[in-house]
Amino acid sequence: MTTINQNTGSLSGRSRVVSNKEMTFAERIYLPAIVKGFGITIGHFFKKSATIQYPEVKRPIAEIYRGKHVLKRDDEGRERCTACGLCALSCPAEAITMIAAERKEEEMHLYREEKYATVYEINMLRCIFCGLCEEACPKEAIFLTNEIVPSDLHRSDFIYGKDRLVEPLGKRVDVTHRQTAKVLAFKKDKNQSHNS
Amino acid sequence: MDGNYILYKLILASVILLISLLVAMYSTLIERKVAGYFQDRLGPNRAGIGGIFQPLADGLKLFFKEEFMPGSADKFLYILGPSLTMMIALLTSAVIPWGNTLLINGTEYSLQVADINVGVLYVFAILSIGVYGIMIGGWASNNKYALIGAVRAASQMISYELAMSMSIIAIVMMSGTLSLKDIVDQQHGMNWNIWYQPFGFLIFIICAFAECNRSPFDLPECETELIGGYHTEYSSMKLGFYLFAEYINMFISSAMIATLFFGGYNFPFMDDLNLSHNALTILGSLVFFAKIMFFVFFFMWVRWTLPRFRYDQLMRLGWKTLLPLAIVNILVTGFVIMIKNHL
Repeated sequence: MTTINQNTGSLSGRSRVVSNKEMTFAERIYLPAIVKGFGITIGHFFKKSATIQYPEVKRPIAEIYRGKHVLKRDDEGRERCTACGLCALSCPAEAITMIAAERKEEEMHLYREEKYATVYEINMLRCIFCGLCEEACPKEAIFLTNEIVPSDLHRSDFIYGKDRLVEPLGKRVDVTHRQTAKVLAFKKDKNQSHNS
Repeated sequence: MDGNYILYKLILASVILLISLLVAMYSTLIERKVAGYFQDRLGPNRAGIGGIFQPLADGLKLFFKEEFMPGSADKFLYILGPSLTMMIALLTSAVIPWGNTLLINGTEYSLQVADINVGVLYVFAILSIGVYGIMIGGWASNNKYALIGAVRAASQMISYELAMSMSIIAIVMMSGTLSLKDIVDQQHGMNWNIWYQPFGFLIFIICAFAECNRSPFDLPECETELIGGYHTEYSSMKLGFYLFAEYINMFISSAMIATLFFGGYNFPFMDDLNLSHNALTILGSLVFFAKIMFFVFFFMWVRWTLPRFRYDQLMRLGWKTLLPLAIVNILVTGFVIMIKNHL
């Protein structure tokens, strides 16, 4: 328990009583204070700069960093998403919208399920990268990657459609780096108390 | 006064002009770099190695910016303002002794454009005109912020000129000459004026900051209150001229400080080096340049250390502290000289 400082009545013990005493001569001519200030600034001059040269050097990110989304395909290259809408429902920022359609006979090689999303959009300015969409997805279709959403000039350019979300066939996106043992253990048992 | 002599002076004047412009140009980069380092940042480093092309990029940008003039501005004065500021900033460099003499084919060539016997007076005369450039620019803009900035600049520069001249009078009394070359020659070796006039130096350097409108006396252009002050309405290269003139002023002020108090091109043990006259002159000029660059750095150091003065504090410091101090300095100097003469 914190005790209140008897002298100052302060909880943190860091507060100081304001003093209005007359300044001494040394204080009034300011020069000693100015010289002291020069000492402080020149000290910073020779300190190592805190700058990270961004595009060349990147700040280390966490193992389970949640960045830009990806819509996965299955082993045969078919889109996994079935447009159930659970991700949009779970999204606290309401960043996800989609339009569903029924798969045609000739589209069997494109979509894994009978129903699929013709339009799937995530507004990256609304998204808070919480990862609830990934957790809600029953088809393991949406994942968050360790990629950073790049900057852009227009708000409309931040609404990512399927062209930028679905993983390209030739360049599959690896999402396993986030699936650490701890995360997988958590996902295996979705009936943990705080999930119900 | 033969053709050779005139040609030599022409070349020297052009070289000094070029060096002043080059130094001012790179002062902008140094300022930003120094500011960065003082704040634990790196400063501009993308244009060329270590940002070496940054001043060129900035200059180009200023050239290609839209040339805007307020509709209600006085057109002639609006253009005259920055031109005058720039011209006056460059005029002072003529009397500064940039080095000793060079011996070429038996003829002595001075590294000073004009060794006039009233050099100190000339510098102060030019400095006093400097306020017109700002005042005219601020007035012609027909903008209240610009006008307030200009009025502030005018009163500040006039106030600090007094104390500045007073602090120099002590130096003039000691050396008995107004010629800058003679003042420098009297500070041979390590016999610098700073050892005799530390108070005079303190007053002079504070006034130099005020005259250059540099922080902590940058009230005429304080960004937060006056959105730029006298150059609020200026854009493109006219703004560039104002900003550029500030850096030239800084360079010239540093040169004046080095000349008057730190022995100009003199340096310790210069007689023990056994160098030829020309080599010594060139080395002296380099030393002079190093001194100037140190004071340019000092200007920046002060800018990124001290907060800005309030206007009444500025006036009180100028009239009630520096001016009396400068007068006391004159009296003490005169007293010491009198005692020395009687001993």
